[in-house]
Amino acid sequence: MIQIEDLTKTYVMGDETVTALDGVSLTIGRGESIAIIGPSGSGKSTLMNILGGLDRPSRGRYRFEGDEVARFSDDQLADFRNRRIGFVFQSFQLLPRLSALQNVALPMVYAGATPRARRERAAELLERVGLGSRMGHRPNQLSGGQQQRVAIARSLANQPDLLLADEPTGALDSATGIEVLGLFQKLNAEGLTVVLVTHDRGVADAARRRIAFRDGRVTEDVRS
Amino acid sequence: MSGASPAEIVRFAAGAIIAHPLRSGLTSLGVVIGVAAVVMMTSIGLGAQKRVTDTISGLGSNLIIVTPLQPRTAGGVMGGAGSGQSLSDADTEAIERQVEEAAAVAPAVTGMAQVTADGANWNTSIVGVTPEYLEARDLTVASGRMFDDRDARQGRKVAVLGPTVVTQLWGEADPIGKRIRIRGAPFEVIGVLGSKGQSSFGRDQDDLILSPLETVRSRIIGRRIKADSVQTIYVKAVSEGELGTVQEEIDAVLRTEHTIGPGEDDDFQTQNLASILEASRAAIGAFTVLLAAIAAVSLVVGGVGIMNIMLVAVTERTREIGLRMALGARRRDVLTQFALESVALSLVGGVIGLGIGLLGAAGIAAIADWPFALPVWAIPVALSFSSLVGLVFGAYPAWRAARLDPIEALRRE
Repeated sequence: MIQIEDLTKTYVMGDETVTALDGVSLTIGRGESIAIIGPSGSGKSTLMNILGGLDRPSRGRYRFEGDEVARFSDDQLADFRNRRIGFVFQSFQLLPRLSALQNVALPMVYAGATPRARRERAAELLERVGLGSRMGHRPNQLSGGQQQRVAIARSLANQPDLLLADEPTGALDSATGIEVLGLFQKLNAEGLTVVLVTHDRGVADAARRRIAFRDGRVTEDVRS
Repeated sequence: MSGASPAEIVRFAAGAIIAHPLRSGLTSLGVVIGVAAVVMMTSIGLGAQKRVTDTISGLGSNLIIVTPLQPRTAGGVMGGAGSGQSLSDADTEAIERQVEEAAAVAPAVTGMAQVTADGANWNTSIVGVTPEYLEARDLTVASGRMFDDRDARQGRKVAVLGPTVVTQLWGEADPIGKRIRIRGAPFEVIGVLGSKGQSSFGRDQDDLILSPLETVRSRIIGRRIKADSVQTIYVKAVSEGELGTVQEEIDAVLRTEHTIGPGEDDDFQTQNLASILEASRAAIGAFTVLLAAIAAVSLVVGGVGIMNIMLVAVTERTREIGLRMALGARRRDVLTQFALESVALSLVGGVIGLGIGLLGAAGIAAIADWPFALPVWAIPVALSFSSLVGLVFGAYPAWRAARLDPIEALRRE
């Protein structure tokens, strides 16, 4: 599904050039469950941003289902994020003014879905993550675990091909973290490709493939 | 691909405005004040025009006013209106004789004088006129009588008083037959004029005394002018349609009388009320535009206020913007959302300002006894102008929002 070749990303910070990714090549197949691990500054977040279409590589190729994502325009990238990628963030990133239902429906607004279709789909997704009774609640009325489940429901709104989660359990206690990981495993079992970025070995063990990063390079790529 | 529908973007913008009612209200306030000021100034200006129109028409209908004019000197300097003494009794007679469409020809001289009666005193204008003056100026005598030609020929010292003079000297008492002293000379009060009220410039049109022309010239104004000179000749045309003809004929008669050759400048000036009206309206119109332009400055200030708050909002909501982009919002969607937000703030301010402006103008009209003019075109203009202000001043903040890097924006706390 995804082919990355010689992917390089450099930033200019002041008068220093930082190489975040240094010639990374990877292939990710449909239905895989992958944990990307490494210390902070290893380039794993940069890779996730590029995979998710939030950032462009400085050099190299990124093919997603045959499309050259690296050559997409801003609008094409926005649509790519909207339709093919589901993001889950460490800090949930829910809009505080909106109810759980409205938060889940947000990506569908940008896909042009009708209000009715959005409501139905969002309700169905909230049922799926076990929050059927909390649809009208605002984020501040929900626990951390519940908020992250709303965020996961949102990431599934437009039936993405790839779920990208950046430290999804980082802001949760371990019991809630295990629940959320269980949800990812369930989604993966249903056929969704899941990529988790973490520095937590325990979280990484939940994935079937583990890719370790250091200094912008892949140091380990193992399947369990 | 379809993207977000405009209705949804409108809902996002409305949601953000409703989320901070106090802040939104204060942000709109600048535009409220700006639009209210523009609407109020325009409405007051239109009211003034209406008032002036009414007053000038009230001076007398079908009236032509002839005044002396000093011809331009070699240096191009012109004397003030009325400063010349080129008009005389002979001119009055010539106009009476030769201009057939003239219904009344009334010469007048005016001087200010102290008037005393029964211990009270008052300073007023003494107008020396002939009996035709009443007809020319559409005046009426409320009690007593107007002096006639015989009184004038005999040089009798009789006076017809404006209502204000009566009130100032005696209060409520009937003045007919009483004696007054004008500049020390005794006059007999033989009549009181009907009231004409205030003019638009606040001048009391009832504050005057009429007396025969000859008497005023010799007793009141004295040696400052030539013995047969008059300051103004009022000519009433028989109908409005004849105004132009009468004016042309007066010009011709006076040019002959004054032996002014072709190509030479007139030493007099004829104005019909229609042209005075036109000039006044133009002057007030220009003044209204000036006032409205000054008021429009506050509208610009209101726009700057919106821009300021929108820049704050973009900074505050950086994470929201980043999230929306991550979830698939195009830059255009973000741009539209923020631009709509500022347009909506400004437009709401415009609607409220329009209401306040119209109420304020109506209030001022009521208090100042001023006609209230509703400028109908002000409604669409105020609304489209306030939208424009929102668009212009919201453009930069919205552009800033749309230009954000989603990764940076999401990382922001």
